[in-house]
Amino acid sequence: MVNNDDGAAVRARGLRIVRGARTVIDGLDLDVPAGQVVGLLGPSGSGKTTLLRSIVGVQANVTGDLTVLGAPAGSPGLRRRVGYMTQAASVYTDLSVIENLVHFAALAGRRGAAAHAAAADAVAAVDLGGHEKQQVGSLSGGERSRVSLAAVLVGDPELLVLDEPTVGLDPVLRRDLWDMFHRLSGEGRTLLVSSHVMDEAARCDRLLLLRGGALVADTTPDELLAQTGAPDAERAFLTLIDRANTGTGTGTDAGTASSGGVR
Amino acid sequence: MTLTMVTAGRVLNQLRHDRRTIALIMLAPCLIVGLVAWMFHGTPVLDQFGPVLVGFFPLFVMFLVTSVTTQRERSSGTLERLMTTPLRKGEFVAGYAVAFGVLATVQAFVVVGFALLVGMDVAGSVWLVLLVAVLDAVLGCTLGLACSAVARTEFQAVQMMPVVIIPQLVTAGIMMPRDQMPEVLEWVSRVLPLTYAVESLQDLARGAQWAGVRGAIGVLVLWIAGAGVVGVLTLRRRTE
Ligand SMILES: Nc1ncnc2c1ncn2[C@@H]1O[C@H](COP(=O)(O)OP(=O)(O)O)[C@@H](O)[C@H]1O
Ligand SMILES: [Mg+2]
Repeated sequence: MVNNDDGAAVRARGLRIVRGARTVIDGLDLDVPAGQVVGLLGPSGSGKTTLLRSIVGVQANVTGDLTVLGAPAGSPGLRRRVGYMTQAASVYTDLSVIENLVHFAALAGRRGAAAHAAAADAVAAVDLGGHEKQQVGSLSGGERSRVSLAAVLVGDPELLVLDEPTVGLDPVLRRDLWDMFHRLSGEGRTLLVSSHVMDEAARCDRLLLLRGGALVADTTPDELLAQTGAPDAERAFLTLIDRANTGTGTGTDAGTASSGGVR
Repeated sequence: MTLTMVTAGRVLNQLRHDRRTIALIMLAPCLIVGLVAWMFHGTPVLDQFGPVLVGFFPLFVMFLVTSVTTQRERSSGTLERLMTTPLRKGEFVAGYAVAFGVLATVQAFVVVGFALLVGMDVAGSVWLVLLVAVLDAVLGCTLGLACSAVARTEFQAVQMMPVVIIPQLVTAGIMMPRDQMPEVLEWVSRVLPLTYAVESLQDLARGAQWAGVRGAIGVLVLWIAGAGVVGVLTLRRRTE
């Protein structure tokens, strides 16, 4: 797929996002390398969803530079090339699984047989075989969220922006989805996957750790463990936060660091 | 254009799964028309009141259904997702108008057919009566889309109905002939679309032809276009 000159699928410089009275992100610089599975990890409330919404162009009050696949975030041309899965499953509960997927395939420009083929492939990819005709409203939460993921897949995007796609799924299914993410990145696609579950860090090619709207680390899973000497990602994250707090002398909220340490 | 039809198809598909709503949309107006016919049996009341019901119901019902449906799109996150796809805002609004236009056409045939069956007399063209009923429904749909930007919850969406629809009913000349109203209200009634729908339907019942109602139909079309434009303009791709 298309790589940009600097190999970044998403590039933010001085990004600032205000929601209501809060400045959720204040001066963020970040690069998402193309062709990789990049994890956006951070505790609940750290600004993951806000950042992803700005990348797909539905977040208001965004200032600074934000470039996606070489174009300003939210440009009309990107809507064919970027797929977005919202944190809460955003599919029609009163339609069947297959009706939902055919609809989103059609919006992405596939009609008739092509739309049905894409829908069937996506059903298989998220392991919902046998549920095709079921109304989404009668699916379990985890199944619903997989329909929502499949609705991204039918659009065949270059950049997949997935907000907590594996939350609440059983371990086998989670492993299968991460395998699929890597298969997709093997085809040259970029995946930006958020999670507040630190265990998922090990599955990513690259990690962006977010806390309080700021980047705590931009690293790889191996580097993270090596740098911190921690046995797992969760403790590595805590170590980084403790270091940041003592290092910069702004350690006023060391108490929240441990509660910020994710679940 | 094609994504308009994709959206219309999807909305109709959703309606198809909701048989009970469809039944209510078709049968509730018939019930009222039937009650009036029964109550005023042997009098010409149905001839005056029937056209009013035929004009009012599509506007009322489609407004309600559209505002609730689009509010649901907002709260469920599907609208946010749609805004990240190639679907244009105009196509979204037009898709809704087409879907509810189809539903409205079926409703118009059922209600007008039933009204004729129970004794409403239409001296003019029944086809024009159907046309006005369908335009009224599409207007209800676009007004619903235009107002849905204001409503934050489904509950507020329902509350928009008394604000937007009832004043039109009060000033449409049903409760009091328009020339007896206070001047300001008469002016207001001159602007609101239901007035034109009701007037043209009453004229058609009395035998008016195309030439007699085309002005009123033009006003309805303008209102549909205006409400549609407001619906598109108030739809935000980027939200807080
Ligand atoms: N609509 C909003 N108005 C004001 N503040 C908001 C809004 N949505 C989210 N926030 C705030 O923005 C911060 C980041 O939220 P979010 O991006 O959802 O975090 P995450 O996805 O990492 O859990 C939180 O403090 C949250 O309270
Ligand atoms: Mg979130």
